[in-house]
Amino acid sequence: MLSIDNLHAGCEGKTILQGINLDVKPGEVHAIMGPNGSGKSTLSTVIAGHEEYEVSQGSILFNGEDIAELSADERAHKGIFLSFQYPVEIPGVTVTNFIKTAINQTRKAQGLEDMPANEMLKKIREKAAMLEIDSRFLSRSLNEGFSGGEKKRNEIFQMAMLEPKLAILDETDSGLDIDALRIVANGVNKLKGGENAIVVITHYQRLLEYIVPDFVHVLHEGRIVKSGTKDLALELEEKGYDWIKQGA
Amino acid sequence: MELKETLLSSYMAFDAQDGPQRKLQDQRAAAIEVFEQQGFPSNKEEDWKYTSLRALTKVDYSVFPKEEVSLKLEEVKQYILQDVDTYKIVFVDGIYNAYLSETTHEGADICLLSAALTKRKYAPIIKKYFNQIAEKEASLTALNTAFTNEGAFIYVPEGKQVEKPVQIIHFATTKNPKLLLQPRNLIVLEKNAELQVVERHQSLSDNTTFTNVVTEIFTEQNAQLDYYKIQNDQSQASLIDSTYIAQQKHSHAKVHTFSLGGKLIRNNLNFYHKAPEIISTMKGITLIEGEQFVDHHTLVHHAHPNSESHQDYKGIYAEKATGVFNGKIVVEKEAQKTNAFQKNNNILMDDKASINTKPQLEIFADDVKCSHGCTIGQLDEDALFYLQTRGIPKKEARGLLTYAFANNVLQSVQIDSVKKRINKLIAEKLGVNIGFDV
Repeated sequence: MLSIDNLHAGCEGKTILQGINLDVKPGEVHAIMGPNGSGKSTLSTVIAGHEEYEVSQGSILFNGEDIAELSADERAHKGIFLSFQYPVEIPGVTVTNFIKTAINQTRKAQGLEDMPANEMLKKIREKAAMLEIDSRFLSRSLNEGFSGGEKKRNEIFQMAMLEPKLAILDETDSGLDIDALRIVANGVNKLKGGENAIVVITHYQRLLEYIVPDFVHVLHEGRIVKSGTKDLALELEEKGYDWIKQGA
Repeated sequence: MELKETLLSSYMAFDAQDGPQRKLQDQRAAAIEVFEQQGFPSNKEEDWKYTSLRALTKVDYSVFPKEEVSLKLEEVKQYILQDVDTYKIVFVDGIYNAYLSETTHEGADICLLSAALTKRKYAPIIKKYFNQIAEKEASLTALNTAFTNEGAFIYVPEGKQVEKPVQIIHFATTKNPKLLLQPRNLIVLEKNAELQVVERHQSLSDNTTFTNVVTEIFTEQNAQLDYYKIQNDQSQASLIDSTYIAQQKHSHAKVHTFSLGGKLIRNNLNFYHKAPEIISTMKGITLIEGEQFVDHHTLVHHAHPNSESHQDYKGIYAEKATGVFNGKIVVEKEAQKTNAFQKNNNILMDDKASINTKPQLEIFADDVKCSHGCTIGQLDEDALFYLQTRGIPKKEARGLLTYAFANNVLQSVQIDSVKKRINKLIAEKLGVNIGFDV
């Protein structure tokens, strides 16, 4: 589904990713771990299509198509979703209106009519219930004054509504207490079906107890320096990142 | 001939004519003298530093319409709020149009200034209020006073809540090109009275038009005024709006100004506090493009204790559009415990767009809370990216963020029909279907 080959990318003239190779197949869950500053967030941002990041070498294929020249919204229309580490506050637009707009713009790009209002409402109710989101929360301005945990839960709510093929979760566990973590992980696991893939970017192993990865990759200085199974995450938790840094 | 000279000689002719203006001879004579001395304001005056009337005063305007024009409802329907029951005072090229209007004398007087000037029963009201709060030394206001003969007259007696909003609409047609329109409105709300007004000036062609309107409003004790100005005119239509509001104890006057189109728009919005415990609210959305120009000059004169004023103006300027915001707040020594808040936030969509914004605070009392803040910025790139990752294309994302930026001014609009109308106009200007109502 996602096939990244020798990817070099960065912004403002600085190359941060120094040759990433990653292959994600439908149904798989990949975890990308690594110390601060290793390039984890840059990788997610580049896959999602931030304009300020330049790909200087290598390629990103999504379902066989080179997406390097596509804008972020075009990538979203193809089924890529990025859950932000720091979701942006948008005063003046409610959660409900925002998600309606996002869904209908995506449908429009796919040549579909707007989703009928009753169907939309039903879906919103269903996904909100799954993530234990209060209905009052849905009429608040998007992310404005939300706690860290509420922002993350709202990201997963949007993911659940948009049903992407590939979901990239950037530090989704930060700011979540243990109950919220379980609810969020449950929401992510519901998406995990035969065809959907998930890339979890995290600093800690904690989230991976709930969203169990098929593969774990360790990023260091813009390269994947080690790949393994979920046991690698446990090993990292025990030994810390210094072990990897020395190995590299 | 210079426009000033043309106007002075037109005044002689106007003065010699029979008409409602006869009732105001002394006031008009004093006013034309002020205009004769001062002429049109120039950039040398501090209040007109960024606003040039030079191009406007080069046009050979006439103050007299050549013919009376009748309009079919179909031609102008789109400019009149239809989905709400309203009173309407409609003028076409400065002349009252009975066919498009719906006035009343039941419960309240919602009619014409010309009628109020000539009917004996209104004489005490005219005497008490006409030209009493308008700034006599302001040359454009004086010019309007000198030519006063028509406009809206609204008198709401004590305790009356006018249940339907009043629309004051001025149309300019192709039949009378280069017309200088100078409507004069007088609105009085007696004790405990309530009134909603929607005012609009609309040119029906791309002819050059120039409107110099003056509105005087008096809110007596505990009266509630809710006033909306919809300024979405053609690209060759210019408007100078001078509104003067005198407030008595416990009254609340709210004015929303939506400036969405026109060649040059200047709003002089002035609130004068005549007693303690008053609230004045003024809000605005300016959204312009091309080479359009919008200037908001506000004044709140706090002269008595325990009063509040709230100002919230949002500006969005695209292409080469230019804006001015000058918010003057005066707090006199007696006006202790005044709360005066002022906000002016602006977004420049393009490199060539500009805004000059200036708070002007003159505070002589020591126990007051005053805050002011102005910001000028671009749309947040991170927010744009965030919206795009959710499948919202850049153009729509920009529209949505711009809309969101202006939204809290829309939220305080009390007439649903106005709210929907402005919402739609903003969506159209932004070229997006934002996909939801406010």
